[in-house]
Amino acid sequence: MGTKNIFNEWGIIITLLLIALPIIVASILAIVKAKAIIKNYLEKKEQERFNNYVKDLTPIEVEKLEQRKRALEFALSNNELSGKTQPVDNKGLIDNISTVETLRFIEQKKKSQPRPYIEPELSKLIIWYLGCATFWLLFGTTVGEYLGIKFVAPDVDHYSWLSFGRLRPVHTNAVFWGWASLAMMGLAYYVIPRVSNVPIASIRTGYRSLILINVSVVLGSLFLMAGINNGGGEYREYIWPVMALFGIGVFISLRNFFKTIAKRTTKEIYVSNWYIISAMMFLLVIAVVAYWPSWQTGLGETVVQGYYMHQGVGMWFMLFNLGLMYYFLPQQLNKPIYSYSLGILAFWAQILFYTLIGTHHFIFSAIPWWLQTVAIVGSAGMIIPVVAGTTNFLMTFKGSWHKLSGSYTLPFYLIGIIFYFTGSLQGTAEAFRFTNLVWHFTDFTVAHSHLTMYGIICFMLWGFIYTIVPRLTGKEPPQITVGAHFWLALIGLLFYTFPLMYGSTLRGLMWMEGTKSFIESVELMAPYWLWRAIGGSLMWLSHILFAYNFYVMVKRKDKITVPTSPIDILKAKQELDTQAQTN
Amino acid sequence: MEFFDNHKKLFRTALGLFVGLTLIVAIRPAINNQKNNAPLPNYEPLSEQAYLGKKSFIANGCVACHTQQVRNVDMDKIWGNRPGIAADYAGITRTDFWRNTATLMGTERTGPDLTNIGARQPSMAWNLLHLYQPRAVVGKSIMPAYPWLFQIKNKVGKNEVEVVVPDAYRKGINGKIIASQEALNLVAYIQSLKQTPLPNGKAPMEFLYKKKEAPTGKKGSTLNLPDGKLLYTNNCMSCHQANGEGLKGAFPPLKGSPIVLGDNLELYVNIIMLGYDPRPEYATMNAVGTDNNLTPEEVTAIINHERTSWGNNAKKVTTEEVKKIMDFIKITTKK
Ligand code: HEM
Ligand code: HEM
Repeated sequence: MGTKNIFNEWGIIITLLLIALPIIVASILAIVKAKAIIKNYLEKKEQERFNNYVKDLTPIEVEKLEQRKRALEFALSNNELSGKTQPVDNKGLIDNISTVETLRFIEQKKKSQPRPYIEPELSKLIIWYLGCATFWLLFGTTVGEYLGIKFVAPDVDHYSWLSFGRLRPVHTNAVFWGWASLAMMGLAYYVIPRVSNVPIASIRTGYRSLILINVSVVLGSLFLMAGINNGGGEYREYIWPVMALFGIGVFISLRNFFKTIAKRTTKEIYVSNWYIISAMMFLLVIAVVAYWPSWQTGLGETVVQGYYMHQGVGMWFMLFNLGLMYYFLPQQLNKPIYSYSLGILAFWAQILFYTLIGTHHFIFSAIPWWLQTVAIVGSAGMIIPVVAGTTNFLMTFKGSWHKLSGSYTLPFYLIGIIFYFTGSLQGTAEAFRFTNLVWHFTDFTVAHSHLTMYGIICFMLWGFIYTIVPRLTGKEPPQITVGAHFWLALIGLLFYTFPLMYGSTLRGLMWMEGTKSFIESVELMAPYWLWRAIGGSLMWLSHILFAYNFYVMVKRKDKITVPTSPIDILKAKQELDTQAQTN
Repeated sequence: MEFFDNHKKLFRTALGLFVGLTLIVAIRPAINNQKNNAPLPNYEPLSEQAYLGKKSFIANGCVACHTQQVRNVDMDKIWGNRPGIAADYAGITRTDFWRNTATLMGTERTGPDLTNIGARQPSMAWNLLHLYQPRAVVGKSIMPAYPWLFQIKNKVGKNEVEVVVPDAYRKGINGKIIASQEALNLVAYIQSLKQTPLPNGKAPMEFLYKKKEAPTGKKGSTLNLPDGKLLYTNNCMSCHQANGEGLKGAFPPLKGSPIVLGDNLELYVNIIMLGYDPRPEYATMNAVGTDNNLTPEEVTAIINHERTSWGNNAKKVTTEEVKKIMDFIKITTKK
């Protein structure tokens, strides 16, 4: 097979088009944001010019202006007919009066929506989940960054606990089970009671589940570094007793959610709950199948591994996040989802096709050929739910694009949605037999993992977290550090993945050509690995900013504000009264 | 719709669909595979030492970078004589109650595939040094070093194996570097990794996506031989190094070597095909040519590359000469 004409291969063409998308969207976003900044700047300039002009007014001019002012201000007193009694709004019909007290020079991005009532206890639980998740994000990606450095400097340390083979699963498992899973579950504790319109069944269960999962990740990481692992399967490196803790954690929260939904006061079950509950049920099925400690001899292990790792990402992370998106996106845009039934179609199509495609991780291996073919067909079928989902989200966005430039959360949503489209369909393209030939076993897979787990899952989670934490605590993060988080993460991700995809394509072609030795293909990758480390550093930095923002949203003392609205004044009085009583 | 508004029905249906599909694409195929495959008749289970080595291979996560699977595609031909089949893995069972089966097929080839490494690179000395510091033997390697598998002692005890490490990589170390039992186990495992031949009479399966063969010229000339430099890189360089100077105390130089430059072609071919160990100051060389099924054309290309590189300047040899010697070796070594 000729290798020069790879641009005639469909898999390659599709991939090129796909990966162009996030670049285009990022550029547009950058332009929109830049335009907003420039506009601000110009307005400020205009203001200065005006100020200078005002300063230089002569007394005569001032006198003239005042005369004109008095003339314009002349008016009847407006109560000639009505008398002097105070107006009263007994029914509270007039609400949300906005007044402009100061001249605004800098355009303020929209602050979060007014806070709905959330029990303080639940609010605390959610913050705990998100806080632990943030910790695991920092831990897991510090390890990831260190791994990236090891490709460039393999002799940075010689400790067995920190050697590459042992640390790699520490990275993947910590970001999977520690960061993304805890963040998703914390958000679910917000969404499920909201859309069911009842309080959560049990807050204590929430804490139990949180503790179990944390213990699982701590133990799992220590075991891995000590050299105790489950065998070769990716994301299945924790031994089963450790993973069982995680499973029990998910199980008890699932029951908790289920009970909450059973008590719901709405008739229908909002589609978010379909996705979230199913994701949790499926995770448990997957874990039991993959970890049951008495089977999987020989290739049985590999068949299950393909199933496990694919369902892990597709049925746990992706399904769960889609569910959250169906709640948060309409909330944030303040309008209903474009098509409810498209969401339902995507749901069933995702279950049908996604379940089939696990073995596409082992194409050309000794796994039965029919199973490989089913996997490839299923991968193509994934176009249906992905296109349905993306269309649904983008159509919901339609008509609200202007909100993008004024919001610090929406860009996270948009990038997550774009990567959902790009990353998922890239997976489909990777499963074709020719593209698989070039890319399998190379770092292309690693680039794909990060385009998806990072580009989709992480961006969506950040968007959701920035959306709800201010609602829970009433504190906003500084917009400048949120912006910096966004851009560092996005640019870092592009630096990480694009050179890696390019380099690994060259490497795959070199392997196919067969005229160079293996070690030359290692040398070839050196500059691309360096780019990965650079991109990784930017991503890592952005996580520090995220942690800082989270801290600000949760902990930093609010500036003292004197209440101005009647509700706040009364609340303050009430609080002071009760304080006086208890003292 | 009533159905969608009933949480029990809805979630039961979703779960049922998922479990049903799971049965079809994961559980049934896995059980079938497990039941219907047996190890090949001439499969050799791991020795006890190699098994311990495998455990250490697992513990150190080597599978992060090394696959153990030969796919049925042409580009994988360099990793084995035939594509892997289910029977190759059928002898592998759960490690123990706590840990899953480790077929170690892997998903990424940051480093080379190891399915057949026991045939390709069985040298004990090379493997130990490579584990101690990969860059001592492969300059551009990015593989981690595993120095904690070695001990520093003043004297080499009985039954202990010393690793001769080039000065550049033993800074600050005064004693002798001794391989620990774990390192020896690990090397025993690496040496045990060989593809089991299919039972007699069965032809190996085809590799797919073949490259077009480059047309070969008329036989017997020194023209149109395979690429000697590439063959040297793949088969010889890891020990004798890119500059042909070998490694002091482990692998002898080929630059200026009397055997390489001399006229005793028979000895030269013999060393390549059968290995060599007459000089105590160097490690043992294994039967590189036989282990890797080198053809007369390939051996000729390697010899000619070695005779004309790094300042070496000797007459090239022809395929006929080499083939005659190789045929003779084949007859004399057959039982
Ligand atoms: C600072 C940010 C990060 C850096 C520098 C980083 C770096 C790395 C490195 C060096 C590897 C090993 C690649 C190899 O063996 O060739 C890796 C693997 C992986 N990382 Fe990350 N990572 C980061 C963030 C994340 C996050 C946030 C996630 C998921 C939520 C993630 C998911 C994964 C996965 C799934 C793999 C395995 C890839 C595969 O086998 O295909 N990473 N990462
Ligand atoms: C204790 C665990 C490991 C063992 C026993 C091991 C064994 C080996 C062996 C025997 C070779 C030579 C293969 C050949 O010549 O065809 C090799 C090469 C290689 N390995 Fe590993 N490996 C381990 C871990 C790793 C890890 C974790 C990485 C990746 C970070 C890695 C990367 C490489 C690379 C790039 C090469 C090719 C260059 C070279 O020969 O050094 N290895 N390994």
